[in-house]
Amino acid sequence: MSQIAPEERDADGITEEIALEHVTSDEYEIILKELGRAPNLVELGIFSVMWSEHCSYKSSRLHLAKFPTSGDKVIYGPGENAGVVDIGDGQAAIFKMESHNHPSFIEPYQGAATGVGGILRDVFTMGARPVALMNALRFGDPKHPKTRQLVAGVTAGIGGYGNCVGVPTVGGETNFDKGYNENILVNAMAVGLADADKIFTAAAREPGFPVLYVGAKTGRDGIHGATMASAEFGEGSEEKRPTVQVGDPFTEKKLIEACLELMAEDAISSIQDMGAAGLTSSSVEMASSGGLGIELDLDHVPQREEAMTAYEMMLSESQERMLMIVKPGREHVAERIFKKWDLDVATIGKTAEHGRLVLRHKGEVVCDLPLDPIGENAPKYDRPHFPAEARAQIDPSDLHQPEHLGETLLQLMATPDMASKRWIWSQYDRHVMADTAASSEDPADAAIVRVHGTNKALAITTDCTPRYCFADPYEGGKQAVAEAWRNLTAVGADPIAITDCLNFGNPERPEIMGQFVGCVEGMAEACKVLSFPVVSGNVSLYNETDGRAIPPTPAVGGLGLIPDMDKRVGFGCMEDGDVILLVGETKGELGASLYMRHIEGKESGNAPRVDLAAEKRHGDYVRGEIRAGRAKAVHDLSDGGLACAAADMAIASGTGIKLAYQGNVPHFAWMFGEDQGRYLIAASAENAEAMLADAKAQSVPVSVIGLAGGRFISINGGHAVDLIALKQAYENWLPDLMGAEPEARAAE
Amino acid sequence: MKSAVIVYPGSNCDRDAAVAIERVTGHAPTMVWHGESSLPEGLDFIMVPGGFSYGDYLRCGAIAARSPITADLIKQAEAGVPILGVCNGFQILIEAGLLPGALMRNEGLHFVCERAPLLVETSQTRFTSGYGDTKELTIPIAHHDGNYFADTETLDRLEGEGQVAFRYGNNPNGSARDIAGITNANGNVLGMMPHPERAVDAKHGGTDGVKLFESVMGSVQ
Repeated sequence: MSQIAPEERDADGITEEIALEHVTSDEYEIILKELGRAPNLVELGIFSVMWSEHCSYKSSRLHLAKFPTSGDKVIYGPGENAGVVDIGDGQAAIFKMESHNHPSFIEPYQGAATGVGGILRDVFTMGARPVALMNALRFGDPKHPKTRQLVAGVTAGIGGYGNCVGVPTVGGETNFDKGYNENILVNAMAVGLADADKIFTAAAREPGFPVLYVGAKTGRDGIHGATMASAEFGEGSEEKRPTVQVGDPFTEKKLIEACLELMAEDAISSIQDMGAAGLTSSSVEMASSGGLGIELDLDHVPQREEAMTAYEMMLSESQERMLMIVKPGREHVAERIFKKWDLDVATIGKTAEHGRLVLRHKGEVVCDLPLDPIGENAPKYDRPHFPAEARAQIDPSDLHQPEHLGETLLQLMATPDMASKRWIWSQYDRHVMADTAASSEDPADAAIVRVHGTNKALAITTDCTPRYCFADPYEGGKQAVAEAWRNLTAVGADPIAITDCLNFGNPERPEIMGQFVGCVEGMAEACKVLSFPVVSGNVSLYNETDGRAIPPTPAVGGLGLIPDMDKRVGFGCMEDGDVILLVGETKGELGASLYMRHIEGKESGNAPRVDLAAEKRHGDYVRGEIRAGRAKAVHDLSDGGLACAAADMAIASGTGIKLAYQGNVPHFAWMFGEDQGRYLIAASAENAEAMLADAKAQSVPVSVIGLAGGRFISINGGHAVDLIALKQAYENWLPDLMGAEPEARAAE
Repeated sequence: MKSAVIVYPGSNCDRDAAVAIERVTGHAPTMVWHGESSLPEGLDFIMVPGGFSYGDYLRCGAIAARSPITADLIKQAEAGVPILGVCNGFQILIEAGLLPGALMRNEGLHFVCERAPLLVETSQTRFTSGYGDTKELTIPIAHHDGNYFADTETLDRLEGEGQVAFRYGNNPNGSARDIAGITNANGNVLGMMPHPERAVDAKHGGTDGVKLFESVMGSVQ
């Protein structure tokens, strides 16, 4: 997007050349037809951002309709600022995940920081107090010259924002893969709590109601951010820095408190945050979803800079701003509260019956557009797509057999995907709000955050295995959902619903669109079978540079409820003498595994298949045993298979495991295969007996595969590896990588 | 027991402080907005909570220390009312001149959040008397600017007069002489970087902070 020369800004008409810098020629034809005239520059800018991939979901909408989005716990599904689910006792959890990929690559600190700010606003806009933040990060090859600087900058940005607003960052995941060298992914998730009968929505309800602007002033930052986020990178991406917004977490903190204070009064009719495409998308969405129109006088918009044009004001993505429609005569309540918090508040317009967006600036009408074509009737594309080529199954007997399985385990524990991310999460305040029962530092498969003032807790996880999605988008999509469900189950939670962040390359390429469609269909299938609906989400396309796309990465944010906090488990409480049980079947699936990547050095083989019916059966069994108080430690099996899960448990518990295996699968495939639907459980001998009996009754394959004790992990009495060595390998990788790195640029 | 928690724009441990005080003492504190000119009458305890007052965009605590409420806070300190400043609260008390020294950016330049080993240096203060012979605690820390600094003379005096209440077991931020918390000469004002209010609940952060609040309560009864 080239900058528009100042002399062209005030022009009434526009040339076709300028038009095509904003929209495609087909889209321009539609605009001309809808309006019966050429749009002016302000109007064109509005079409441009509203029809951007980021705002309109024009390539994805058709397929997103495949997700199951309802269920008995769903209060609000997709379409609102965030998903809302019932957690009992008149309370609701509100959550969403969103990407800030493009800006974070261009300017890691501010890109990541404003990603956190944006997702928080989505949640408190609905009346929720934010109680937890999560993030899913994907960086390039650790050895790539940009990687360390990006890791440092993104970490500092997430921490800088989240720590200051005082919402704990309780968990997440970080992967490294050369496929992200030129396009990192920064996906942030926020979770909030509210009374179920006090949820605020965006749709305008009545004509003639005053429209209030609150929060920070509008500046010239982030202009066309949504458009930037809807294009590939190429030569000169760094020059896009001015399109990145600048975050102010202090103002956000005040905005949270002021909004929640105002929400407790009977004043707000509807409310919407100004995210991507700022004032444009918020006003259009509020009016259009309510079937009304809206009129704004831009002279009243609080401005940070002088002589801003209507175009700049409408397209600015300045942060920490909200738009609200207030009940007539209640404006003074908002004014009192926002002034107390030193925030701007201004009445900038009103709702109207006419179904149009009318903007005035300096006494003139600068925009008069029908709303339907901008929002509801935005273009929707059925892009051509073809499925990924099927990959062959890996036969372990074709592979080189490692001599010392303990040494192999040691190697895997120090790989970028397995190694501890302490260097990252130790920079996040995980404890503020004093309700965190488990976060990144704790041995648990999901973060656990108590519902304030109760003995219930939310379990939260983010999951996706891009290796699988690349090998087989459909199975990879299923697996991302299943792993989230499994992680929630493994701490003793009832999984409720998911949010998602679908990160892909250029959808105009049929193979990329094929990855998207495959992943969505796989996710949808898993959501259906596991009764785990999608309640909110975000799509980020065009994550590619010079034709090289990222691996397909449909990140899943799962939310569950632990009804009784006293019945939660982690995987760090294993004790000497405990029996180790393996839940699920092991065929030794090594395709697209960490073992293949790091030991064989190959990105080959098909993704492990998820048997969703078995997944459900196994998970329900595990949850039952946790609730019955028999399972002392539970860990799901994922990256690195059984051996890496056993190592996690042993390191966290400070006790070794003697694994014992007799069977047909080669030992290394049994140890490192990534077969799905599996868990390890540690239990006393007595409880293990009862659990085996339950398993038989419920047709769940469970077997005793080891005994806790000692200071080593061994298999059949050999291949021993020392716990201290494992822990060092696990802990040292990331600090070693980051050690020599000059500091991330501190926030100004 | 009658207590108050001061709330600044950007405070984010104010609720945690209130919950902890109520949990330990059985009485909810009064929340006092920084813009007020005076604190309630007859207070037994005042807490200045953590957070990022004014975003910490200027030197941490510098703007908050110039709030309207500060004048009365200083008066209460002089009158001997126990005052606890935690994290950003510690920074504010230093900026208000109630405690000596300065808190600089952490030596590693990163924000550090961990459950830190904390050593009780003396049980002879009204904030630590309840710890008796307990020497080592685990209390969460979470800060970017907790690197305590003072000149040698001041440090010697703090140590000599028993004003060092807590030291770090694993100095996470480069603080001079591992200092994590100090009192004023009178012993009624304690500033510390670790968060005792995050350690009053077995389901979150442990219970090693309980005795600090109990000690204060005991000292005023």
